[in-house]
Amino acid sequence: MTTATPAVAPVLSARGLVKTFGRVVGLDGVDLDLYPGEVLAIIGDNGAGKSTLIKCLTGALIPDAGEISVDGRPVHFRRPQDAREVGIETVYQTLAVAAALDVASNLFLGRERRRAGILGSVFRMIDKKGMRREAAQALEELGIGTLQNVTQPVETLSGGQRQAVSVARAAAFGSKIIVLDEPTAALGVRESNQVLKMIEEVRSRGLPVILISHNMPHVFKVADRIHIQRLGRCAGVVTPASHTMSEAVAIMTGAVTLAEPNGNP
Amino acid sequence: MSTTATGPASTASEQFALRRRSPVQRIQHLLHAHPSISPFLVLVLSFVVFSIINPRFASPNSLSLVLQQVAVIGALAVGQTLIILTAGIDLSVGAVTILSMMVAAKLAQGLGLPGVIAVAIGIGLGAAAGLVNGGLVARLKLPPFIVTLGTLSVFTAIGLLYSKGQSVQSVDMPALLNWTGETFAIGQFHITTGVVMVAALYAIVGFVLANTAWGRHVYAVGDDKEASRLAGIRVDRVLVSVYATAGAIYGLTAWILIGRAGTASPNAIVDANLESITAVVIGGTSLFGGRGTLLGSLLGALIVGFFRSGLALAGVDDQYRVLAVGLLVIIAVSIDQWIRKVRA
Repeated sequence: MTTATPAVAPVLSARGLVKTFGRVVGLDGVDLDLYPGEVLAIIGDNGAGKSTLIKCLTGALIPDAGEISVDGRPVHFRRPQDAREVGIETVYQTLAVAAALDVASNLFLGRERRRAGILGSVFRMIDKKGMRREAAQALEELGIGTLQNVTQPVETLSGGQRQAVSVARAAAFGSKIIVLDEPTAALGVRESNQVLKMIEEVRSRGLPVILISHNMPHVFKVADRIHIQRLGRCAGVVTPASHTMSEAVAIMTGAVTLAEPNGNP
Repeated sequence: MSTTATGPASTASEQFALRRRSPVQRIQHLLHAHPSISPFLVLVLSFVVFSIINPRFASPNSLSLVLQQVAVIGALAVGQTLIILTAGIDLSVGAVTILSMMVAAKLAQGLGLPGVIAVAIGIGLGAAAGLVNGGLVARLKLPPFIVTLGTLSVFTAIGLLYSKGQSVQSVDMPALLNWTGETFAIGQFHITTGVVMVAALYAIVGFVLANTAWGRHVYAVGDDKEASRLAGIRVDRVLVSVYATAGAIYGLTAWILIGRAGTASPNAIVDANLESITAVVIGGTSLFGGRGTLLGSLLGALIVGFFRSGLALAGVDDQYRVLAVGLLVIIAVSIDQWIRKVRA
């Protein structure tokens, strides 16, 4: 049994996504399914359409054609906010943090919590203490104990710590799906391992994760299934059990073609 | 879950990160966390020095005058701070203020409108002018410098055309328009209602910036527009609201200016653009956006006022004030550049 497709309903599914930029074809009819509680890695060479694919799934780009559905219901994202409203949280490669703001402010950026009573409803005061407490808790839960001071500006953090803030933000708000774009690309070995552990921690809470990465060892370490993009199309979906790293790379570069790209090699 | 217990310092880089900071680095970190420390020190130092040179400087009379002189630029600096925090700049401050002032004064004089309505129209017109600036910056994505350079000319011209270049004297205006110039005594100090209004303006806008989600978003947008957008902030709305709020503040300042000057003259406050930017920059707010405090701008405006009064009382040519303020601007921007390099 080599099929890489579990027999439950997908949380997120995309059918026939097309995205063009002028004459350049970014996505050429891509299907994708994400199942509950799994880490789905998306790999591919530069220009294979990885980023375009996840931007379409997270509302940062609007696909020219194709369908996306969440929990079986069709969705049409026009802004990142739309995707977030249905529970898709994205950690961008650029991390999308406001460097001068502190950790807690960044965790709650765009969804600040107001204080109870008149102070919140009339004077619109935000609940700084409460947000700091919850931010510290969210980071603690992801095993980022090293980041104790949530009032320090993000620009004073290391790359791994910034990544942790971004992941914590994505995981902290009752989200359904977490999308991570190249989370380990800029990190050292130790920090990468921390982030991978964090991904496993997120999965253990039952949250499905889409992981875009160049790094094969990282992908094979945490992914349950691997979606391989090639030249704007899905060249196949494999698992770390069914294929080796070099086989996956061969499919990615076109040296090998899967007979049945959608999971039944 | 299994956490590998990492000791206090396991790699050479972490050892390095835990090194003791040199005194200079500690100052850098302190200023990074509290950017209004340096203007505060300059203010205290200038107060001490000018008091020693001429003890009259510290007299209630002299300090009252400084407050009255600083009120108008101080008020404009509130709007300017909001805009600079979003990484923008407003060169049309003076033009908007004068336009609001001339329209309010002329309406009250010519049409005999009651003072309240004239003041409200002045503030509303300021907000509308801010909406134009904000709309051009947010929707058409034009650089704030260019937008406000253009509207500087446009609003100045409209103000001059509308007023036909003529001033309106205080006797021709309803009492309410001059109310901001009325003085009352607190101890030996003579405070105008305008000064009280400026103090209230700082308190209110300072509270909003520090304690509301909108305030956070102003900082976030100035810090990183793209990150703010991805975090779900409506960047366009924040920008438009900032420019409109600043415009309304300029409209309010027009009222304070009438009280201060005793007339509504289309040739008033020609230096308002540069002076308001100067106050904000000396106050430690970064021209690159996202960093700074409103308190700093108040300190910045007061520093300029102290230099004007102190150097005049020291019997020095006013050009030395201009020179000193120019140097302060360069020093302030240098400090900002330096503290922005802070890393863990």
